[in-house]
Amino acid sequence: MNEKLKKLTTHRLFWPLVCLALVLLFNFIKSPSFFKISINNGVLYGYLIDILNRSSELIVLAVGMTLCVASSAGTDISVGAIMALSGAATVYCLGTGDTYAIPWILAILIGLVVSVLCGMWNGFLVAKMKIQPMVATLILFTAGRGMAQLITGGNILYIKEPSFKYLGGFLPHIPIPTPILVAIVVVVLSTLFLNKTATKLYVESVGINPKASRLFGLNSTRIIFITYAACGLCAGIAGMIATSRIASIDANNVGNLMELDAILAVALGGNSLGGGKFSVAGSVIGAVTIQALSTTLYAMSVTGDQLPLYKAIVVIVIVTLQSPEFKRYVNRWKAKRTVKADGKKVA
Amino acid sequence: MAEKIKSKLRGNGFLLAVTIILFLVLYFAGAVLYADRNFTSPQVFLNLFISNAGLIIAAVGMTFVLITGGIDISIGSVIGVVCMMLAWMMEIKHMSAVLAIVLVFVFGIVFGLVQGFLISYLKIQPFIVTLGGMFFARGLTAMISSDMISIQNETFLNLANHKIYLNFITYYNNRGVEMHPYIYLSVVIALVVVLISWIILRYTKFGRAVFAVGGNEQSALLMGLNPKTTKLKVYILNGFLASLAGFVFCLNSCGGFVEQARGFEMDAIASAVIGGTLLTGGVGTVVGSLFGALIKGIIETIITFQGTLSSWWTRIVIAALLCFFVILQSVFKTIREKRLAQDDHH
Amino acid sequence: MSEEKKTVLSMRHINKNFPGVKALDDAQLTLREGEIHALMGENGAGKSTLIKVLTGVEEFESGEIIMDGKSIINHSPQEAGINGISTVYQEVNLCPNLTVAENIFIGREPMKRGRIDWKTINQQAQTIFDNLQLDIDATETLENYSVAIQQMVAIARAVDIQSKVLILDEPTSSLDEGEVEKLFDLMNMLKKRGTAIVFVTHFLEQVYAVCDRITVLRNGHFIGEYKTEELPRVKLVATMMGKEFDDLADIKQKGTGSIRSNDNIVIEAKGLSHKGTIKPFDLKIHKGEVIGLSGLLGSGRSELARAIYGADKPDGGELYVNGEKLDIKAPIDAMHHGMAYCPEDRKVEGIIADLSVRENMILALQAKRGMFKLMSRKEQEELTDKYIKILQVKTASRETPIKSLSGGNQQKVILGRWLMTEPDFLILDEPTRGIDVGTKTEIQKLVVKLAGEGMSVMFISSEIEEMLRTVNHMGILRDGEKVGELEESELSQENIMKAIAGGEK
Repeated sequence: MNEKLKKLTTHRLFWPLVCLALVLLFNFIKSPSFFKISINNGVLYGYLIDILNRSSELIVLAVGMTLCVASSAGTDISVGAIMALSGAATVYCLGTGDTYAIPWILAILIGLVVSVLCGMWNGFLVAKMKIQPMVATLILFTAGRGMAQLITGGNILYIKEPSFKYLGGFLPHIPIPTPILVAIVVVVLSTLFLNKTATKLYVESVGINPKASRLFGLNSTRIIFITYAACGLCAGIAGMIATSRIASIDANNVGNLMELDAILAVALGGNSLGGGKFSVAGSVIGAVTIQALSTTLYAMSVTGDQLPLYKAIVVIVIVTLQSPEFKRYVNRWKAKRTVKADGKKVA
Repeated sequence: MAEKIKSKLRGNGFLLAVTIILFLVLYFAGAVLYADRNFTSPQVFLNLFISNAGLIIAAVGMTFVLITGGIDISIGSVIGVVCMMLAWMMEIKHMSAVLAIVLVFVFGIVFGLVQGFLISYLKIQPFIVTLGGMFFARGLTAMISSDMISIQNETFLNLANHKIYLNFITYYNNRGVEMHPYIYLSVVIALVVVLISWIILRYTKFGRAVFAVGGNEQSALLMGLNPKTTKLKVYILNGFLASLAGFVFCLNSCGGFVEQARGFEMDAIASAVIGGTLLTGGVGTVVGSLFGALIKGIIETIITFQGTLSSWWTRIVIAALLCFFVILQSVFKTIREKRLAQDDHH
Repeated sequence: MSEEKKTVLSMRHINKNFPGVKALDDAQLTLREGEIHALMGENGAGKSTLIKVLTGVEEFESGEIIMDGKSIINHSPQEAGINGISTVYQEVNLCPNLTVAENIFIGREPMKRGRIDWKTINQQAQTIFDNLQLDIDATETLENYSVAIQQMVAIARAVDIQSKVLILDEPTSSLDEGEVEKLFDLMNMLKKRGTAIVFVTHFLEQVYAVCDRITVLRNGHFIGEYKTEELPRVKLVATMMGKEFDDLADIKQKGTGSIRSNDNIVIEAKGLSHKGTIKPFDLKIHKGEVIGLSGLLGSGRSELARAIYGADKPDGGELYVNGEKLDIKAPIDAMHHGMAYCPEDRKVEGIIADLSVRENMILALQAKRGMFKLMSRKEQEELTDKYIKILQVKTASRETPIKSLSGGNQQKVILGRWLMTEPDFLILDEPTRGIDVGTKTEIQKLVVKLAGEGMSVMFISSEIEEMLRTVNHMGILRDGEKVGELEESELSQENIMKAIAGGEK
């Protein structure tokens, strides 16, 4: 029995799930109807549905961010700006007229191409020019929104065509909110790609030991480049969902601070911010946990502006616990206690 | 003499030279484009300092942090919370201005101490720690008050509005009236900060230790320095400068509100990088950061004078400059490495 | 005839354990005033551990250090400095962003009226270099100078501090002959001043050029202290390499090696070189041959292999594989042409620590196949099990993270990784280091078997006996250069050691 218990608790998804469970449980205690799901007007309603819905963009972002962190121990802080830029491109192409200026699918593709180009730019700076990831992505972080504002002319552009809201809302006759579906598709497809090809293995190998990886034939430059391009694509997809939700593009606010939430989701998911082994599932759990935490805090009358304070405490606690120095202090403290208990010096 | 100039220009002196030249180029460009609108008036020049006093101080603090190889993305939020604290203490709690100001400095120091401890002793990545700091301060601002608080405190307003006239400079305005340009207390504070920081970095053991630790922490340790305490001191100093920058900011805004100075840290980082501070650490100059801040100021001024371009252009130009300098630094490094490989005679 | 000099520092009965390995076992070192003392030993001998213990980088379990009659323990490099011990490390431990002068004075800058006195710093630093007739500008940023110059600056710093004991850890690795001469001038100057100098090196010529005494360590044990003038080179080499307990069954039959002819050359290197690590060399490797590389640590054996494999891209010369001229840009090119390279330092260049045994083993083969052709789980498991069996890897399961395995078993996994790619040419750099005696023999037998089946193997090992039992041909290296080859008929321990030691001077 002990064997099984140990295996369970050391599973890499154990702690992320426990954190999520705690948050959900807390909510359940506060409002017993928390887990209730009902169907009104042909669509699903309920706290849980709401949490999953709102966390969809973050889940998609977290998938991309996980790859960047794993391959290069780097963080892409430009994802929020990429969301804004790709959203601006799409909305601009569709136009603010009564109907679309160009086919919807084409506009979406344009937006995604923009986001992939952004990701490739980041990848070029990090993988080829060997610039620190935080620094390299700082450039798009600063410029991305500005460029988006140029496209929108500094205004918030609105889409009048009602079908635009399908992506961020509901598809006709489908009770599940579309963002949840998109998030599921992204997670499933990325997991399939990572596991059915050698990509996950390569990314982990390069992230853990790039020197050794090169000696047995891996091209770490190319691998790191791909992860940043993928992160850009994820930001683009998240941007599409976000703009569709409000059927408009507000280049100043869309995706604001989401890069920070994405990094937090990756860390909460049990992934080391130093790179190496990763779990997309963990990041997904982390993303949902953050959203659930936000929902909990909102229910406790914490405003959106005050929310970051609690997130800060969570971030610091988690990173402290993950830090090897901290573990060293703890071990030393434990060793001292053992000395006292035994009464003689421990070897 | 030529040898001296040549040696100063090599490597990192070169980057500083590029910055100063860039500033002069921009200034003359503005002077030429808007000669008819008094671009060259001394007041316009001094306004660069007035509008950016807070940025100058923040950039100086950021320079210290960057030299050690770290980063601080919480500065904007700290400025925001400091303004809010000042406003709240003076208007809601009716404290004296002096007491309020002293208390926010204490806050800045403690804030820097906590961040510094996590970074230097627990060895957590600076980006993550200051990310937490940013969240914390921003949230704290909203907790203090979600509405804007205007400062009515007389002492404070007097400090804020006190013009210091530079009577040794005379110019004539549009109507031919003789004028003397003026600055505010904030500018004096900013310039004093730059001067003292320059002295610290150049002439004190602590300052040199900052460079050593940033250059190679392991080597610094083996040479008998103490990287942990050096870094801790740097973050404490940075915390104090952040609160000072907040105070100066508040002299300008005379109030606190939730969104104040959001994203300001990026301006501070850009100023330092454009000024020649390397993001990889070990190299930096507060004079460069001063000019970096002034460059942002002058780009903003030019765009304001232009009138039709959206203010977002400032952001874009700064980002492009940042990009240019980052790539320039990287190219420089590669050239140096290639040249050294050739020099190795084996 | 010189009188016995006064003992400045004495280390006695030093014991130091790392998890799983005893790094120092009753080791000792005696330093005398005004003497240059060489500290020598092969890999794992304990040289660097002894130095780290002395300078406070590592703690030790028992023993004592006596300096000037007092028993001391240094708890940090800072404390060692205060006690009068300075160290110059192999990796230049200076700050590249500071100027040369500042590097010399950092941490102890002369002050004038409360401020750092830059004028004095620059002047004094420049004086040091002028006195040594070195063309170094004290106000230049350190990183603008080559590693060789940086090394000189590091030494100048230690010299200026006027320590009683100066430790030079492999200081000449990046210096050319002229610079080495200047270094020796400096050392002799210090010698006259009365400084005790520890010279850790593997360059035989330099030891005999400048050192008064030699201490040899092996496997953490103190083997002996000798006066240089009384120790012939061959004896020194023999002492360092020593004899290892080994199951000496003869596994190789004479003459079963391939006939070295021009028809079956697999790899040919012509004037291949890599700046700073291996001078231009020619080498022919034949099908089914086991070629050994012999030489002291640091003589360039690994570097030669790396130049062939492309791990260090060669800057000169040509490489031919099966008669075809190749331009290898990255290891994957070498792999596609049938080469495999099992590196010397498995921790840094071998294992992917957090990944499982299975993943570590299949990665090279997977890299060969390409990203989109993932090996099926079944194939991965079968192949992993196959090689776990062949190499007798002790692991709880194939999914265990490789970092949990012992060093020897980790080595076996890496070996399995390369064997799995079924190469035509396999480079093994110290493949039996840290492996138990019984398994060493298994691996040696495996090498001979593979050669018999047509694989060419390059076998690099510090244990001459091991190579004698497996190789058909031997390359000899010394001081970064291939200096000779031995045919099968000439292979004997004595011949090899003579070749390594070189001429008596």
